[in-house]
This record gives sequence, structure tokens and C-alpha cells, in this order.
Amino acid sequence: MSLDPRAEVAERLGLAEVPPARFSSPGEVRERLAMSDYLSDEAIASTTFLADRLAKPVLVEGPAGTGKTALARAVAEALGARLVRLQCYEGLDESKALYEWNYRKQLLRIQAGRTESGGAEEWRALEEDIFAEEFMLTRPLLEAITAEDPVVLLIDEVDRVELETEALLLEVLSEYQVSIPELGTVRARQIPMVFLTSNNTRELSEALKRRCLYLYVGYPSIERERDIILARVPGVSAALATRIAQVVRSLRELDLKKAPSVSETLDWARTLVVLGREEIGDEVAAQTLHILLKYQSDIERATKELLGGPARA
Amino acid sequence: MLSLLADFIGELRAAGLPVSMSEHVDAARACEVIDLADRATLRTALAATLVKDGGHLPAFDAAFAVFFALREPPTSEGADAGVELSGASGAGEGPGPGRGAGGGGALSAAEIAEMIFAALRDGDAGALRQGAGEAVSRYAGLEPGRPVGGTYYLYRTLRGLELDALAERLRQSLGAAREGLDARLAEDEVAARLEDLRREVERVIRERLVADRGAAALAKSVRKPLPEDVEVMHATREEMAQLERALRPLSRKLAVRLARKRRRRKRGPVDLRHTVRRSLSTGGVPLELRFKPPRPAKPEIFVVADVSGSVASFARFTLHLVHAISSQFSKVRSFVFVDGLDEVTHLFEGVEDPAEAVARINAEADVIAFDGHSDYGRALSAFHERYARDLTTRSTVLILGDGRNNYHETHAEVVADLRRRAKAVYWLNPEPAAYWNSGDSVIAHYGAHCDRVVECRTLRQLEAFVGELA
Repeated sequence: MSLDPRAEVAERLGLAEVPPARFSSPGEVRERLAMSDYLSDEAIASTTFLADRLAKPVLVEGPAGTGKTALARAVAEALGARLVRLQCYEGLDESKALYEWNYRKQLLRIQAGRTESGGAEEWRALEEDIFAEEFMLTRPLLEAITAEDPVVLLIDEVDRVELETEALLLEVLSEYQVSIPELGTVRARQIPMVFLTSNNTRELSEALKRRCLYLYVGYPSIERERDIILARVPGVSAALATRIAQVVRSLRELDLKKAPSVSETLDWARTLVVLGREEIGDEVAAQTLHILLKYQSDIERATKELLGGPARA
Repeated sequence: MLSLLADFIGELRAAGLPVSMSEHVDAARACEVIDLADRATLRTALAATLVKDGGHLPAFDAAFAVFFALREPPTSEGADAGVELSGASGAGEGPGPGRGAGGGGALSAAEIAEMIFAALRDGDAGALRQGAGEAVSRYAGLEPGRPVGGTYYLYRTLRGLELDALAERLRQSLGAAREGLDARLAEDEVAARLEDLRREVERVIRERLVADRGAAALAKSVRKPLPEDVEVMHATREEMAQLERALRPLSRKLAVRLARKRRRRKRGPVDLRHTVRRSLSTGGVPLELRFKPPRPAKPEIFVVADVSGSVASFARFTLHLVHAISSQFSKVRSFVFVDGLDEVTHLFEGVEDPAEAVARINAEADVIAFDGHSDYGRALSAFHERYARDLTTRSTVLILGDGRNNYHETHAEVVADLRRRAKAVYWLNPEPAAYWNSGDSVIAHYGAHCDRVVECRTLRQLEAFVGELA
């Protein structure tokens, strides 16, 4: 227990020195994220802090549109680091995630070699030549590993890839290294911050979860949502922001097919500002509800429950 | 701290959370780098390292609240916390129930109500905490040493506080309109504040119970099973609501998984056209072979479900799950019975959400022919007579029920004939296997003619079976 996890990872990677910690406390994380216009809460700030201190990736789960991807972006901005993003999709494989040999270029090289007089010696040289880094197309994972400048790696919607592809990520996530048969093992030159996001459409493997810290980002509390609106929507008054947050909270309580996400809340707030509304009465709400809700049945239900019905008192 | 952590992880494992050795190590390391006095940070650190599934968080929170109840930081309300603790030990020593009412210096009922009302109106967390402490002393009537989880104390305290009157006062203080959006928003605001109060009272009760009986003992009383491990037949109402919520993501995940499995299952034949097209970019050398997507035959499902009282919820869940993944089957037909049988397939047609259709079954299906007690023999005979000719070698029949036949005739021979006609007959039984064939259960008679009788007590087992089927 005595060995610092960061020192351990640094030693394994063969780094000359242990990189300094990025944040001194969860409070600092919070402040610096706020400067990048990302309002975190206690859980988000502490988990980000721990990810750095324990040198572990963070798996972020939660409903769509609650700022999972935005978190990685904000952390990158706060650290002044480059964001390397791997967007996952079904059918993503090694050649799109890690690296690929540029065999068109290799073929050209071989064909160019043919014109000269060929011998066994020459072929060996050629073979060595065509498996050099020059003929390799680096994909996001390898790019993040080999980067010299500070990077934040974002593996977005990791639940979309197949189980087999998920295994591919394990080496990167736990060892921060990539094995390439023709070149050997490529080790990271720093300990990158890694975020994985998942919309929970399938169960991720135990192995992957074990290697990550887990962060569940749900819908924000009413106070935090109000602050987010105030921070992200220019020209909105505090009263209007509070009101918007209240309406959205009530909507989320209803049994809807798709509850309004934070990004939809922001869209709604912007619309109201553009329309020059300072108050949300029944009429304004009815006219603009379609920005928050994307299903006709949801809109009907919300209109009935929130606007039409008499008070339950 | 390390031994406390080990105990805590022991409790999590007892509640069913899979916590591995390496996660234990991570948690210990996390504890080294954070400020242990900050309870919220500690909770986050432990949750991030030990819990890897959003659905497991409620179980984690229940255990955390108990294990770390008395380790509140001495913050600005340090004095209040001290008062609460001494209050707890006072209750443990003697007068207990009488302390609030008779003890000198305790607040009167009206004072407590006023205090809580003011705290809720102004959103003052410190005052609310103090008020909740007073209210618990006065109303809960804690009895030391009783092995309870505190739900009853919570109920008594909230009843003593007369929530309805409190809600009305809050509503008035918010100056809400009677109708429309304003009214609804005010209503939800009041509900949210009362929820704060409820949580606070719950916390105070838990603290005092921990002081009384120790964390480990209390943790056992408040332990929450994970949603997928709740026994469907014996679920409480709260657990039932949890199950309903868990079902939707579960069926969605299952559908995605099966769709994937289907697509990956053995590649189809080489797609020559596509392969030649691809080879153009490599000078006509076909480096990459392209395959046609596979098209395996999909099975046909007949679900025959007992919807009598004892197993109704199990039938509902299964119908929901099967229909949610109906795209994996070429056809799904559903039948429900008690002592009469009715086809309900049409209820699921053109409905986006199977839950809606399931809800309509109760109202619209005609399932009672005589006395409303399950009669498997009669119902299965009716199924055989009317629908057996529709079965083909691609049909799979699922019979759902506990096989408790109320001592009617079994007519097991019709099941034998169903099996001859169909590809397979499975029986899903929501009862624990140990109870099978006891009392009026005649599952063995039917089981002899089924390909398999499957125990499906929990959502986990149900999901595993349905996943195998497709």
C-alpha cells in the first residue's frame, strides 16, 4: 500500500520521473472545471481527482445528454491538454482504434523496389523498411499513447463496440501500452487521463469495469441545473433560470419516453432568451415544449399533466 | 480505517455486489489520497472504486449510510451533532419513548412543527437537521435493542409531524396559484422539500440505531437486494416498482445483445461483387474478402402464461421481456389463462411499449371460466384443442406458472402432445426448486413431458433463459 500508484505506473512505463499530480484537491478540480464553463458536482470533481491520483481511467455512465462527453472536453481544456477522441461504433476494430498498416503505400513501395535488381539481401531490407512507422496509420488509441504533449483520451460510447473489441482496450487502459507484433511494445510517454463514456445499452465486461473508476452522472440537482443554465446561456436572468430548472425537474418526474436532457434544457433556455421571454406562463410553455420533448406522446402527456390539469391540492 | 473498509466490503458482498480484490486495493489507495473527514468525498471515492453498475448504487448507499453514520465531520453544526449523539445514548439508556414528551427542555410539538416548517421554507439544512433530531426524539419511540431496520420509526415520526398540514402551509407560503403550470411547479417544489425532510429523519433514525446496535447488525436489517436478485413472487411494493424500472433497460440490453449475436453468428457466403469492388483499390488483388450477412431462421414463440394472483407479476415480466425482443423471433403469440384461456397477441400489435399492452391484459383478457383459481389441466387442454394445429417444428412453447393446480386434474398428456408437434416445450417456474411438488404443485407431472423445467425466481434467471432462447 505504501507505493504511490502513480510512481508504480511510471516505473512500469520506464518514465524518467514520476509526473506531478495534476490537481491538489477535489476542490481545485471543481474550480478549474468551472473556469472551463463546466459546473461539476462533488462526485464528478472527486472522481476526476482520484483518476489522476490513482492513475486510472474513469468510466462515466448515465442518461444521454447529461454532460459525459463534455466532462472530458472540460478536463482537457482545464489542463491545457489535447483531447484525443475515439468514437466507438459497432464494427470498430483494431485497424480503426489502434493502428493500421498502410498497405497501399506498402504496395507502392514494393512495386517501386521491383525495378531495381532484386536479391535476397534486398528483400530483407525492403521487408524491414515496409514495416517501419512510416507505413503505419496511427489511430486514436496509439496516438494518445505516443503523444509527447499532454493529452486527454476520450473513448466515447464504449458500449457500442463488441465484446471482442472491448478486450483490445484492456491493455491500453491498464498498462498504458500497445503491443504491435511487427514493432514490439509501444509504451506511453506520460500517464494520460482517460475517460470512457457509456449509455448503458449493454453490460460492459467485468475486466473492463475492474480497470476503471466508475462515475454515474445523473440529471443534476435543481440548484446545479440553474447554475449550468446561468453559466452557459448568455443573457438569461436568475429568475428565468430558476423557473426553467423547476419546469424541467417536474417534467423529469413524469413517466416519459425520453426525459429532457441537460443539453435540451439549454436549448430551451436559449430559445426563451431569443424570444425575449422573461416569464414562463402556460402559453409560452405549451408553444415551446417541443424543444424539450422529442416524442409527440410525451408532449401530449406533459401538456395534460403540467398545464391542463387543476392543482392536486 | 483498513479494517472498517474490510468490514464494509464484506457487507457489500453480502448484499450481492461483486467486489473484487483489486477493487478493494483501489478503495484503500483512494482513501489514502482523500480527506477522510469529508463524508461526501469518502462516499464518492468508495463508490467510484467499489461499485461498477448504476443499478447497484442504492444497495451501496444503504450500506454506506449505516457504516459511516456516526462519522459525520464536526463542521459548523458540530454542536448540533453532539446534541444528537447524546440524545441517542440517552434513548439507549432508559426512558427512550418518553424522553421527548416528558423530558425537561424538550421542545413542544408546536415548536418542532414551527422549526421544521421554517427550515423547509428557507431551505436551511442545519435547522432542518436539528428539527429532524427533535422530531425523532419526540415521535419515533425508539426501543433499544430491537432488531428492526427503522422503517417503522420513520413512519411514526412522519405521522407525528402531520405532513399534510405541513405541505399545506408550505404551499401557502409559496403563494401558489390554483391551476396550470404554477400550481404544478409549486406542488413539485413542496414534494421535493418534504422529501428532504424524510431523508433527514431517516438519517437521524439510522444514526441512533447504529449507536444502539452497531453498524454490522443494522446493515443486515437494512440490506437491499439488487434489483435483478429480488424474488419476483415475494417482492414488496417498493421492490416491485424497482423491478419495473429495471425491466426496461434490461430488455433493451437483451435485444441489443441478441441482435449482435445474430449478426455475428457464422458469416454468410462470400460476396463476390463486394470483394471485387474492394480489390480495385489494391490493384485487383483481393486482399480483403467480403461476406454476405448471415440470415439464420428465427424461431416462433408461443407463450402460455398463468396470470392468477400468485404468479401474475411473473407472467407480466416474462411477457414484457419476450415482446421487447420480439424482433428476434419470427412470430410471438401470447396466451393467458387462469382456468379459462384467451389469446392476447393482438394487444401487443402496433404498441410501441410492451408495458402498455401488459397493463391492458388484466382488463381485457377473458381468463376466468369458473371460480378464478388456476386450473392448468383445463387451460392447457383448451390451448391444445384450439391452437395445437398452429404448432410447427419451428415453434417453441413456453408455459409460465408455478404448477399449483388446486387439486384439479392435470391432463399432462396434452403437454406430451404439444411437445410432439413443437420444436421444444419449456416450463418456467417462478417458485424456488425446493418447493416444487409440495402441496398442490404438480410440476413433476408436466415436467416429465417438457424439454426442461426452468427455475425463474429472479429477473437475472429470467433474462438468462430468454437470452438462450433466441
